[in-house]
Amino acid sequence: MSRARWIAVGLLIALFVLVLFAGAFAPAPYAKQFRNDTDHRPSEQFPLGTDELGRDRLSRLLYGMRISLLLAPAAALISTALAALIGGAGAYMGGAWDRATGMFIDLFLSLPWLFLLLTLRALLPLDIPAVTSVVVTFALLGILGWAASARIVAASVRSIRTSEFLLQARAAGCKPSRLLLRHVLPNVKPILLAQFWISVPLFILTEANLGMLGLGVTEPLPSWGNLLRELENYTALRHSPWLWVPLLSLVMVVSLFQFALGAEERA
Amino acid sequence: MKASGHRVIGPSGEVSGPTLLALLIVIPLALALGGCTHRSADNSGELRVTIKTDPKTLNPLMAEEDASDRIRYLTGGVLIRVNRKQQENQGELAENWNVDEGGRRITFNLRAGVKFSDGSDFSADDVVATVKAALDPSLHSPKGDPLRAGGKADVRALDRNRVVITFEHPIAGIERLFDEIAISPARMAGKADSSVVLGAFSVAEQRAGEYVLLKRNPYYWKKDSAGHQLPYLNAIRMYVLSNRDTELIRFRQGDIHLIDSLPPDLYEQLHSDDPGAARDLGPSIESEQLWFNEVAKAPIPAYKKAWFRSRNFRRAISSAINRADLARVAFRGHATPSVGLLSPANKFWFDKNLRPIAYDTNAALELLKQDGFSKIGDTLKDRGGNPVSFSLITNAGNKQRERMGSLIQQDLQQIGITVNFVPLDFPSIAERIMKTYDYDACMLGLTNVDLDPNGQVNVWMSSADLHQWNPQQKTPETEWEAQIDKYLRAQAATLNRPERKADFDKVQEIVADEDPMLYLVDKNALVAVSPKVKNADPVVLTPQTYWNAEYLSLEK
Amino acid sequence: MASAKSMKTLRIISRHLLIILITALAGGLLGATLVRLAPGFGIQESDLNTQLSAETRRAMHKEDAGEQNVLSYYGHYLGSLLHGDLGYSRSMDRPVSELFRDRLPDTVESVVIGVAGGWLLGLALAIPASWKRAPVYSASATLISGVFLCIPSAVLALIFLVVGSPGKLAIALVIFPKVFRFSRNLLVKTYTMPHVLTARARGLSSARIFGWHILPNIAAPMLALAGVTVSIAFAAAIPVEVVCDSPGLGQLAWKAALSRDVPLLVNLTLVIAIVTVAANSFSELLSPAATRDVL
Repeated sequence: MSRARWIAVGLLIALFVLVLFAGAFAPAPYAKQFRNDTDHRPSEQFPLGTDELGRDRLSRLLYGMRISLLLAPAAALISTALAALIGGAGAYMGGAWDRATGMFIDLFLSLPWLFLLLTLRALLPLDIPAVTSVVVTFALLGILGWAASARIVAASVRSIRTSEFLLQARAAGCKPSRLLLRHVLPNVKPILLAQFWISVPLFILTEANLGMLGLGVTEPLPSWGNLLRELENYTALRHSPWLWVPLLSLVMVVSLFQFALGAEERA
Repeated sequence: MKASGHRVIGPSGEVSGPTLLALLIVIPLALALGGCTHRSADNSGELRVTIKTDPKTLNPLMAEEDASDRIRYLTGGVLIRVNRKQQENQGELAENWNVDEGGRRITFNLRAGVKFSDGSDFSADDVVATVKAALDPSLHSPKGDPLRAGGKADVRALDRNRVVITFEHPIAGIERLFDEIAISPARMAGKADSSVVLGAFSVAEQRAGEYVLLKRNPYYWKKDSAGHQLPYLNAIRMYVLSNRDTELIRFRQGDIHLIDSLPPDLYEQLHSDDPGAARDLGPSIESEQLWFNEVAKAPIPAYKKAWFRSRNFRRAISSAINRADLARVAFRGHATPSVGLLSPANKFWFDKNLRPIAYDTNAALELLKQDGFSKIGDTLKDRGGNPVSFSLITNAGNKQRERMGSLIQQDLQQIGITVNFVPLDFPSIAERIMKTYDYDACMLGLTNVDLDPNGQVNVWMSSADLHQWNPQQKTPETEWEAQIDKYLRAQAATLNRPERKADFDKVQEIVADEDPMLYLVDKNALVAVSPKVKNADPVVLTPQTYWNAEYLSLEK
Repeated sequence: MASAKSMKTLRIISRHLLIILITALAGGLLGATLVRLAPGFGIQESDLNTQLSAETRRAMHKEDAGEQNVLSYYGHYLGSLLHGDLGYSRSMDRPVSELFRDRLPDTVESVVIGVAGGWLLGLALAIPASWKRAPVYSASATLISGVFLCIPSAVLALIFLVVGSPGKLAIALVIFPKVFRFSRNLLVKTYTMPHVLTARARGLSSARIFGWHILPNIAAPMLALAGVTVSIAFAAAIPVEVVCDSPGLGQLAWKAALSRDVPLLVNLTLVIAIVTVAANSFSELLSPAATRDVL
């Protein structure tokens, strides 16, 4: 492994330990409101300052990262797997199956899923446990977020299906399962990896938007997405540069993952 | 095989990676940053304000939502105006008026020599036609609704300058209702579009999603003390802007001159940069409330219904909420703890005898103990052993309410109550509180635009469908609700203002005692006024910054 | 021969048009169903207006009566659609066709700028990253795309607004990281293919390798990505238009969703479905395999 990769892996492990044992590292409980110290600048007591309710930002960032770091990649995995399965299967079978799958994907992309989410929220009890709400939210994101890349996977599989090397392999007597695993999958892997990397930050951000519908992380639990939403505030852009820390930490984590696992980029 | 890839722009014309990267990021961004701005041309004499949405209608009788209503206010000539500063009735198109027959009849003496904005003469016939249209049940005019409470009405012109309206039943405080009825030409009554008006401005242009342009009425009847014809302004451009951050940015850029109801966060931002422009006018007539679901058929457990219907429980919750913190933290100090259902900004009707609700967790626990609740460890339990926990819904996207929800959650945790705070989108909330009754507690702010208590009859009468905690009761389910019904009817049946005040004071006292709605804070009126605007005198009643639009002018 | 080719072309195009029609119609029906079943349907803000009498509020709801049964509403809507009547928006109090006429140009402009800008920026970063294989450049490009992937689109729009630039440029910054990621991965993979390595070993120029050996291999997925970015641009237009208060279809969609305005939402779903399927069909038709069949 290259030195850069070792450093990336090391930093990721350190980060995971930090957030997994957030309670030991957080300066204060994430829900505690220091009401006389609202919007405090960074200080010794509050390394990243406090939010509008006097809650320590560093504590909330650590706990928020924990939830998102565990669930966003899981949701991204679900959406990537669905994209591979639905997009790949239809294109591989070809003909009417391919067309039907394409129609299904386009339909899926066009529908206003907001209303399905609203209906789901209405069906769930109001006093749903926080953990359940978060898990349901990310599962939904995974189930609903596959369609865009399924199209690209389908196009890729379609072109591989009619390629010479696949025809040769088939002519040589390769079983369908071997064709899929040894010839098709490696060629769509770059697309699936791209989908995965794009989905992780996208789902973290989308979870915050789902808060508008009553889904997502419920108060007083923090979420990375909600911390990022604080940037939607003119003041944040001008007067409080420490509000950019959640964004910088997300960029750092996503980049570290890329460096740690991006082996196919080196030739 | 690895390529080095570090060749700079050289003789071969190849461009290195980093250089190319830099060029391809910087150039488009530079072009973008130099792009066009929102700045408007500097039109002297054109005041620029905002409305949150496109107006749904330009028909003044059908104006119901805020945008349409503001246009109606600026363009409509009315018989009587509620002076937004003094909160008293003053004659506009009516020089004077008389109410008799126990509040059933009102006679107006109209101002002579008044013309519409197209030059046509104004007369009693226009008033008769407009009022009849407002009263027409098939039109369903929101402005006519309060007048229709008077039953069948006879509207007639006694002569060119006198109109008499006789109702079947008396309407207390009838004069103020005419502040909402903009008089249109008789030929356009019921179908007017604010282009031919008696107000200071008329609608000249509307671009959907962008703005509504109002132009000066050259025939406006009002003159200033020096005899100059009003308004001073040439035009008012009302930009359609729903995003408050964008609104403030454009105010700072000089694109907008006045902002009403500035959110506390944005007020603080503006105040830190430009203290003169940001103004805190003190308590407005708007407040925030929390209530519990007391509907018998609500799909919530019976033990929760028992909690919510208990006066002691409600009063305990009220005592356990730190209102001072709500005002200080959620509203950045730009609110005051509520004492009752009216804000002190409602100068005449507010009951000054009401005492503030003290924040006292011990008193709260004592009240709960009386109802068999007990705190075991960190959890409060009822006499059946059920841990006390309820969900609190409010509309998502309202920062102040979301903050209040978190603060209340923490406050009630001190007495062992778990609050599950769930912001939802507004239609989902409205469905729960009005149709399915599938909720425990709700926190909203019911906007009062009417100073007179008759404007709240739809909330406080037990039979009303906006009697939020337990609407549409066939007969009052509690003794205190029966009392409220009695006093509301009494104050509506007399013209004597002190008597009406005494009756409504009783309503306020009952509400303060029973706490069907927990009044949390009275919000301050926060506005932004550009130094270019002359004669600005913002008030707490809407439209806060341009209630006196005919007297406003712009610095040249 | 030419005639047989023409017939085949016509069949392929007709098939795509039929797919667009079926998908759009199905999308409209499903969209209407989702809205109808969602909580808050039939509720208006005026329901909480204490100034209004119960009769007036009831009268305001009479207009909803036709929307109660989804199937009959949709059938009626399709019938009107054949006469060019898109229905009436209750929340905006205007005919839907008028709203679309006023707002479509703004969104089309945003989407075109967003897609074009996003592709320009994405490819500008991705091609050199795969071509030059310089680790520093590659890391920098990854970092830059990562930054913009993590910034909420509403925040991007606000930044543009603060500096006085058109907020719609934010859509390009929403799209380019996705274009960069997909295209960079595809390009890197293709550059390692045996036939490309052979071509390089034989001394072919970079431009010739890219044009003759790389592009044909990545054309299909890249064209599919192009079609998909149109959907992404439409989706990104919603928060951008809401933040910038641009009077486009995105802002209209958000307002329609909040007020459960069925006529508006059905039409918007239809438009989005048509655009999505058309964009994807177009990119399929342009793919090398289809081009061989058509031409």
